[in-house]
Amino acid sequence: MRWPVLAIALLVALFDSLGSARAATLKATLISPENDPRLDRTRLERAYLGHAGGPAADGVQVALDEGSFELEAAGATVALAPAAAGSPEAARAAAQAAEKGGAALILTDLPAAWTLAVADAVKVPVLNLGASDDSLRQQDCRPRLYHLLPSERMRADAIAQTLVSRKWNKLLLLVGPNAADQQRAATAQASIKRYGLQVVAAKPFKLSTDPRERDLANPLLLTAGNAYDAVWVVDSDGEFARGLPYRTVLPRPVVGDAGLVALAWHAQFERYGAPQVSRRFFKAAKRPMTDRDWAAWMAGKTLLALATAVPKGPNAAWAQALAKTSVDGSKGVTMSFRAWDGQLRQTMLLTDGQGVISQAPVEGLLHPTDVLDTLGADAPEKLCKATR
Amino acid sequence: MRPIRHSTYFSTCLFLLSLCFAAGAWAQGTAYVSSEKDDALTMIDLGTLAIKGTIPTCKRGRHLQLTPDRKLMLACSDSGVADLIDPATGKSLRRIPLGDDPEAFDLSPDGQTIYVSSEDDAAAVFVDAATGKKLKEVKVGQEPEGVKVSLDGKTLYVTSEVASLVHVIDTASGKVVKNIKVGKRPRRMAITPDGKELWVTCELDSGVTIVSTADNSVLATLKFEVKGARAQDITPVGIQMSRDGKRAFVALGRANHVAFVDVAARKVTDLVLVGKRAWNVALDKSEKRLFVVNGLSDDLTVVDVPGARPIKTVPVGRVPYGVVVVE
Repeated sequence: MRWPVLAIALLVALFDSLGSARAATLKATLISPENDPRLDRTRLERAYLGHAGGPAADGVQVALDEGSFELEAAGATVALAPAAAGSPEAARAAAQAAEKGGAALILTDLPAAWTLAVADAVKVPVLNLGASDDSLRQQDCRPRLYHLLPSERMRADAIAQTLVSRKWNKLLLLVGPNAADQQRAATAQASIKRYGLQVVAAKPFKLSTDPRERDLANPLLLTAGNAYDAVWVVDSDGEFARGLPYRTVLPRPVVGDAGLVALAWHAQFERYGAPQVSRRFFKAAKRPMTDRDWAAWMAGKTLLALATAVPKGPNAAWAQALAKTSVDGSKGVTMSFRAWDGQLRQTMLLTDGQGVISQAPVEGLLHPTDVLDTLGADAPEKLCKATR
Repeated sequence: MRPIRHSTYFSTCLFLLSLCFAAGAWAQGTAYVSSEKDDALTMIDLGTLAIKGTIPTCKRGRHLQLTPDRKLMLACSDSGVADLIDPATGKSLRRIPLGDDPEAFDLSPDGQTIYVSSEDDAAAVFVDAATGKKLKEVKVGQEPEGVKVSLDGKTLYVTSEVASLVHVIDTASGKVVKNIKVGKRPRRMAITPDGKELWVTCELDSGVTIVSTADNSVLATLKFEVKGARAQDITPVGIQMSRDGKRAFVALGRANHVAFVDVAARKVTDLVLVGKRAWNVALDKSEKRLFVVNGLSDDLTVVDVPGARPIKTVPVGRVPYGVVVVE
């Protein structure tokens, strides 16, 4: 896979060894899971909002391809190498091998624990494209770990802000059975509290047709007995949430993992040159651009920004430039990494899957320095103790 | 004003218009506004500052410009054509194919060649205005936007929004002779009347990059500041200079203001509050009034230039884009 890139990388490596290269090549390695269950055909076909639409390499490659002019003008080159890992140990080994091979950055599209294993194994910066876990931005944050994908808290804050702006204050919270759901529900509860919304009832749900469990599984029974303005569903799997809108007892909207969903991107976003980006991605990858593809594309844009800003490198200079770099992600604002946890600050899009309904931060919200920092963990909370 | 709903109303307008032209009472002229979602131009009477009609045109009209022989030329992104409209009759003279997704264009000084940015193909396309034949295609950075021809017609400047470059193209050979790194997301350009400076608005840099046309070097960067707005909300796009080259007028996008700039001093002299996402600007002939198109409030603000204050806001089509004044 990606032989041309590899070939270029090899050629450039050859050049380097001859000692005749003018500008240095920025080398990066993208580590993805082996036999990625997120990319199973049936999983992809369901196309749940917020889930992967295809390999992360697609988005990174689109960014690198569209940057060819910029790179040429700056006399810079970027070489991306793919790697696959079947376990956290394998991911760690792949990262170490890449670092040894001269990689300036490691890109990961891995689960949180694997991402952490990579970050702890190397001294070069790690760009996290695939894990939205808050833990990586808080208690498990690392000085050289950067996040392109919005955190779960950013998604929850975006929904809470939207609910506040609509004055849909009373919420019914439905929470799925797995461990990720419990964590994400706690994140949702915190956002709800922060924005002064009220949970009138929180109920667990289960995917089942067993009549003995109907209280847990039937949307009508789950949504009866309370007065609420909206139903917030937390469902990392996606199947239950997809069937929830229009099946509530009260005629109320569903938000969270179905109905209205907060994402980094949606292919139907119409402003700020977004349609051109989605179109380029579709041309190259033959599928609509998802929020995860956007995060991968932004990682590619970050590599471009570094290579063109400091064409000569070396790796240490790129690592230093990364913290201060800002990238245009076609969402109408320049985006940069938060100094306290490495998260890319960005606008969130609220989508029903058909189009983009609104954006967050919502209009009228204020912040002392940057309104984008109303989404996710802010500096004064000091949730990330690592010094960057 | 909804586009072309009442064709009778429209033709009555035209009829009246021709009557009045005959009487000489309408000598004040018209501002024409393109809008992305109406497939029509909206006409604003310069005397009354009221809408006097619409002209049906091609799909998703964006960049609008006067040709050297004073015809209206509108690039339509969805139709892939330029519509050439006679302002005297309000009728389309002909349509010129511009290729896929044309956004902005400029004309050679003799009006014979159209230089157009093709957003989808990442190219600057040279089109023969008479025949509509594609003469040349020059590959540029992604999302090319602003197009400007030098006063002598020998040099073409094209911005790439993604690459943050201004491509300097030799019109004779069609070769890119230089890529100038400017601020983030360069949009539109203006050339000083002496031909010495190229001003490039940079949407995500809250400023204008000023380039020397002699050696293609960056001379200065002018940053805008608006009280109460943060840098990230100041997103300049449209720009026009006065005929004497002393002043520049820059629409500041999401900052909802238009800036008056002293060109020689490279300093902002006035800021005028207009509508939402001020997008493109045009001066009338006397340069006493500035017309500012507001992309997100579907209206146009008329600004009194000597007083530096808004006079009137006129609702126009959905997602208005460009404006041209014909007197």
